[in-house]
Order: sequence, then structure tokens, then C-alpha cells
Amino acid sequence: MSIASTSVIQIIPRTRRGVELLLLVIAIAVSVGAYVNIGITVQNAVPASTGYYAAGIGLLALIAHLALRYRAPYADPVLLPCAVLLNGLGVAMIHRIDLGLAIVAEAKGKVPKAPAAPQQITWTAVGIVLFLVVILVIRDHRRLQALTYTAGLVGLLLLVLPLIPGLGVNLNGARIWIRLAGMSFQPGEFAKICLVVFFAGYLVVKRDVLTLAGHRFLGLDLPRARDLGPIGIAWAVSLGVLVFESDLGSSLLFFGLFLFLLYVSTERAGWLIIGGLLFVGGAYFAYMTFGHVHRRVTDWLNPWAIDGGQVKLGLMGQAWGGILGRGLGQGHPEATLYANSDMIISSFAEELGLTGLIAILLVYTLIIERGLRTALGCRDIFGKLIATGLAMSFALQVFVIVGGVTGLIPLTGLATPFMALGGTSLVANWAIIALLLRISDQARRPQTPAAPVSDETIAMAVQKA
Amino acid sequence: MSELTLTLIKLGFLALLWMFVLAVLSVIRSDLFGAKVDSRAAAAVVPQNSRTPKPSKPVKKRKGLPGSVTIADGPQAGVGASLGDEPVIIGRGSDCQIRLDDDYSSTRHARLFLSEGQWWVEDLGSTNGTYLDGQRVTRPVPAEIGGSIRIGRTTLNIAK
Repeated sequence: MSIASTSVIQIIPRTRRGVELLLLVIAIAVSVGAYVNIGITVQNAVPASTGYYAAGIGLLALIAHLALRYRAPYADPVLLPCAVLLNGLGVAMIHRIDLGLAIVAEAKGKVPKAPAAPQQITWTAVGIVLFLVVILVIRDHRRLQALTYTAGLVGLLLLVLPLIPGLGVNLNGARIWIRLAGMSFQPGEFAKICLVVFFAGYLVVKRDVLTLAGHRFLGLDLPRARDLGPIGIAWAVSLGVLVFESDLGSSLLFFGLFLFLLYVSTERAGWLIIGGLLFVGGAYFAYMTFGHVHRRVTDWLNPWAIDGGQVKLGLMGQAWGGILGRGLGQGHPEATLYANSDMIISSFAEELGLTGLIAILLVYTLIIERGLRTALGCRDIFGKLIATGLAMSFALQVFVIVGGVTGLIPLTGLATPFMALGGTSLVANWAIIALLLRISDQARRPQTPAAPVSDETIAMAVQKA
Repeated sequence: MSELTLTLIKLGFLALLWMFVLAVLSVIRSDLFGAKVDSRAAAAVVPQNSRTPKPSKPVKKRKGLPGSVTIADGPQAGVGASLGDEPVIIGRGSDCQIRLDDDYSSTRHARLFLSEGQWWVEDLGSTNGTYLDGQRVTRPVPAEIGGSIRIGRTTLNIAK
């Protein structure tokens, strides 16, 4: 027998929950470190609330970790620690901006606003509860395929909810919020998850038609005209979001998601070109026609023209931060409008510098990489598409908001995942992480080993055949 | 608080943040660098278009047809399929006759099929390639008794 010289590596299915626990400990250490650091620099003492903060975030992370040990032992070990780190850092920065705003208010002799950090911790707890619900209730992501069209309908409803008079509110120029029982919600965040489920379920069924029918033109496989229906509808809806809700971010997110999933499921680059042209055309039309879209673009092209504009102050803060940053608690991120929500990335760039910002962006990249890795490892197409869609929604969202804050694209009101102040976004992101972990558990779990085949059974099988 | 202490705290925090990133990277390094690849595999990257076996291929001494293909080692050792008339698809997908539990194999990785009184191994455009007795399979090659197929990290033996 001439077996090749290559050594065969044994595959031992590892749950890797121990590694996850270790990474969680480091993530919590970073978050608590940030909290203590802020206390030392701003208040000159280790804050008395450090114990509560550490216990709170530690307990929430531990609950999530134990739920994974119990219900999804083979889930990816990296996703949860990354999410905990971003959430913890976000809470620390929101706390830091609370302190900064309180100092400013005191100097002006005003009463400071209620701190936002406790509210964010409460929302983190709600997020972890939803995380547990998803992990414990959805035992197999393939069940979601039965809900394809329900999810699509719910997603569309959530998307247009802010347009309903009396329910939707105009905040900061974009109409993406609803006010219910005294609290604001951003239904688009949950619409995203529903639409990913819908797109995945729809494309699993339709991808063969979309792939096989068509003709070649200039070296590209172009789809048939009648198959353009779905992409046309997606385009129209996303343009509607842009025009009526004045939200370039959601519009880009929604259309980009559909386009990515279409491309991934059909493997045809023609869709990307058609979609890209459609989006550019639509965006240009909206820019020429609608005043609010036009204003966003002019603000982006010339941020220095606006006195006290948030992009301008954000860019100045980032420049002041430089390579190593001012140090936590030593900058003035609170001077920027929405420093703890839309502009939180710029607050981090100011205090942690480029070095810290790159680390944060790398953590985002790692979450996206693990999502795509889960898609690669997943055995069924529906799961592959959902994991790809969730990872891409994360990627697009980070791109849109970080691009807006750093002046690459016009700024829009998408939330920085896990970090920005805002309950809906935080809770929705925990649900996304839970779904990704559920799919990765399925993907990494060893298949139930078939009974070893002995020579006799093979012989019998051959005889039968 | 002195300037020096504040600078040290600042740098210490950045170091801690990067320690987390590096710890995560070390956990997933196998994803970034991939499995060890046979040096011959890198040399033998040939475009593979021939889907059908070449009839001109000389058929060497036949000691009867192979009767089964079985995973040789690892936790799935002993799992296999008998070779009747139907083609056998090997991969990670649920529609495969031999379902591998191997991250380095593709969903539909390789195919064994009967043609011209002979069993053939064919790679189905897999990412990491299929190896028959250490040679990369770039077009359908005859599978004989005693041969071993390597797919990802898994070795399968062809037996009577």
C-alpha cells in the first residue's frame, strides 16, 4: 500500500468552551480596566461603583456563557467575548461622557442631565435575556425556514412603522424612530434580522432559477428580465426608505444585504454590477430631487462650513487623539453632539487614538469573520445564507457609521453595533450574536457518527445491490 | 496624578486592549493560515475541466473491482459506503453518501463513479483538493483496491 507521506491530523471535535471563558475574562478585564481608568483620570480615584459595574457585566457574561455550555456546546468560542468586550467598552465610554457632560453643566451652573450609562446597562441585561431566549428556544435554525414569508412581512412592516403618523417621530432629520409608551425604538434594527431570514429562505428556493437562466453579455452572466422582479422590489423599497425616512444608512444596509445574499447564493457577479448601478442611479436621483438628502451630501463634502457640526467636531477630536490618543478621560469627546451614540467611534478615536480604534475595528472584523466562517462550515444552504446575511449586516452597519464618522461617506444615523447608546440596537445585536452562535453550534457539532461498518455489513449491502 | 502615571495608564490600557485582540487571533489562527498543505499540491494546480474520463487512459492490471470505500482513521473511522453501481459522493453536505465531519472538505467534495468497467475518482471542484495515493486528482483517475483517498484531513481506503 502506498499511502502518501502526508500525515493525517486527527479531528477531535472540541467544544472550546474553556477558551471562551478565558477570552471572556480578558474582555471583562478590558471593560473594567476602562471604567477604572476613567474614574482615576476624571475623578482622581477608583470609582466606588467599580464593584457593581464589574459584577454586573461579569454576571451577564457568565449567564450567557453557561447558556452556551448547556444548549450550544459547540458554538464558536470567539463571538461572545468579542460582543461582551464591545458592549463593556461602550458602557464605559457612555459613562465617561456622562461625567464630561456633568462637568460642563456644573461649570455653566446648570443641573446635569440624568446619566445614560445605567440605562445602557439595563438595556444590556434586556439584550442578554433575548440572547438566552434565542439560544434556548431556537434549537435548530432550519425551523426558521418555515417562517420565510412571515419574516418578510414582519420585516417590511417594521421598516415602514416609523412612517405611520403619530407613531413615528422625526429625530435628527431621520424618521427611523417610533415612540411607544414613552420610550423610543428603532424598529429597523429588528427589521434587519427578519429580512435576513426572509432573503435566505427566498433565495434557497429561487437560486437555481436565478443562476441557470440568463444570457451572457460582455463576459458577464446577466439574469433574465423577468427574474429582475425581486431585486427591483428591494431597490424600490430601499429607495423609499431613503426618500420618506431620509435615512441613507438603512437604505444602504437593506439594499446591500439583499445584493450580497443574491450574489452569494447565485455566484454571479452580474447581480453586483446591476445592483451597484441601480443604487448609484437611485442615490443620485434622490440627491438631485430631495432637499434633505442634498443637505446630507453637502454637509459631508464640506463639514467645516457648519458651526459646531458634529462631523467637524468629531474629525477634530480624532485628529487631536492622534496615534496613541489622549488617554481615557483626558480628551473632550463630550464637546461633540451625540458623542455617546452616533459619534461614539470618534470619542474612542479621541481618547484611545488610532491604536485603540484599530483594535476596536479589528474586534468588529473578527465578529464578521466568525460569521462568514460559520457560513462556510454550515451544512445547509439556508443556514449558510442566514449566517452570511447576519455577518454582512454587521459589516455594512459598521462601514456606514464608521465611514460617516470619519468622513468617507455622508453621515447617517445607523447605530454603532454594541457600543452606541440605544436600547433597540443593542438588544437586536445580542439577538444576532445568539443566532450566529446557534448556527455555528450546528456547523461545528460532530455529526452523529454512523455505526461503524464492518466487512460483513458491506458484503451484505453489496449482495443486496 | 502625575503626567507619567497617566501616560503609563494610557499605554497599559492600549496594551490590554490589544492583548484581547491577539488572544482571539491565536484562538482562530488555524482559520487564517489554513491546514498544512502538501508541497506537491501547490505545484500541481492544473485547471480542471475534463468532467468525463478519457477513454484513451490505459487500464492497468485489474484485480477485480473495488467493493467499498471506508474512512481510515479519526473519530469517523469505519464509516463508509459500498460501491455498487451508483456513484458515491463524498463531502460535508447532507446529500452525500459519505458525510465527512471535516472542516477542510467541501460540501460536495469528490465523487466515485463506475464507468467502462472501472471505478473512477473525480474531484468536484473542491477548495482543498482530493488526493489519490498522494497525487492531486485533477481529472477523473481510476480507483483501485488498496488505494487511499485523502480529502481535507480525512483518509479513505478503497477495499475489496
